[in-house]
Amino acid sequence: MRLITHNMLSSNIKGVVNGFPLRIEAEKVMEKTMEMNSEFLEKMFEKVDWKAFVDASRAMGYTELPEEANSSMLDSDEFLNRFHHALLELDLEEGALVCPETGRRFPVSKGIPNMLLHEDEV
Amino acid sequence: MASRPEVVAPPEIFYDDAEARKYTSSSRIVQIQATLSERALELLALPDDSVPKLLLDIGCGSGLSGETLSENGHHWIGLDISASMLNVAVEREVEGDLLLGDMGQGLGIRPGVIDGAISISAVQWLCNADKSSHNPRLRLKAFFTSLYKCLSNGARAVFQVYPENIDQRELILNAAMHAGFAGGIVVDFPHSSKKRKEFLVLTCGQRSVNVSISKGKNEDRESCSDEDSEDEEKQTVCISDRHRPRKKQKNNKSGKGKEWLLRKKEQMRRRGNVVPPNTKYTGRKRKDRF
Repeated sequence: MRLITHNMLSSNIKGVVNGFPLRIEAEKVMEKTMEMNSEFLEKMFEKVDWKAFVDASRAMGYTELPEEANSSMLDSDEFLNRFHHALLELDLEEGALVCPETGRRFPVSKGIPNMLLHEDEV
Repeated sequence: MASRPEVVAPPEIFYDDAEARKYTSSSRIVQIQATLSERALELLALPDDSVPKLLLDIGCGSGLSGETLSENGHHWIGLDISASMLNVAVEREVEGDLLLGDMGQGLGIRPGVIDGAISISAVQWLCNADKSSHNPRLRLKAFFTSLYKCLSNGARAVFQVYPENIDQRELILNAAMHAGFAGGIVVDFPHSSKKRKEFLVLTCGQRSVNVSISKGKNEDRESCSDEDSEDEEKQTVCISDRHRPRKKQKNNKSGKGKEWLLRKKEQMRRRGNVVPPNTKYTGRKRKDRF
């Protein structure tokens, strides 16, 4: 699971008001290379919740992102490279995602989060 | 398809390790999935600005349909309920991100972040109640409501579906309309029972703009004849009702003779009534003149 997906996911459990962002418990992180597309990154920059993104990347062991970010930083190649790396190249292979309100753990195995809910959670 | 997998088992059981591998290694299925995905992407009508989009592939299975999205340069997130199918996708090293989840439980995705959604041969599974807690109507509502939320304004969703009958198609379409979507059904090759493909094309938001749903291939202007035949059945009068046999008239052979008449006269005399005396004319038939 990449951080681009983590930034989209929220907890869907019945009764949870704000299930975003899910906290990451990383046991195994892999890095994959992907070709960079600056237009896509600019579009994603508008959509990404930056604070959740920074916290998630730190949980994955990547600490190169600034705490605050604005659109003028997109002109910097260095920032784009870091943004691209954290967003699309970090991959959570094993671990769990934790709901911020209920503490429910969604296990991640082979890079696939298990978001199936039990019957009482629907 | 030779038979419908929905009637065999729930999807997470039907697509076990053996079936998932068999499904993915079948070159005919790979070809069909690629064709349907290309068509769904075409119906998605993404803006032609060569910027990659973030798309959702619902019921992605082993990533056959997602592969088409990657080939067109898009990023995609795939969701499927079958762990075996997703494991095959991991082995095939698909480029999209994968989620194990049940679309009938609602998509747990943030609002307004998805640029489009496709689904190939998956949504009709929601019409089946595989568990005692399953309610198809509620599951469809949860699915479409959460999908409407996570799509960005003006985004589209295109689902290729295999509805079992007209009722199923109406059920799916009504659930989508109630969630706020605009759109309808596009049918490719409507007159061929083998080649017929149905796409649910939905648009999120932008109510002011008139959304034009493209016509299906090989579709002519005739309206669907299924509904006409239904009306005809209701209006048909049963032929056997018209030729009811007439009631047979009872042939009452026992008439009132002279014996009966004399007995009645005697009975009335005993009661004290004024009775004319018996004569030779008693009991005779009157002339026609009366």
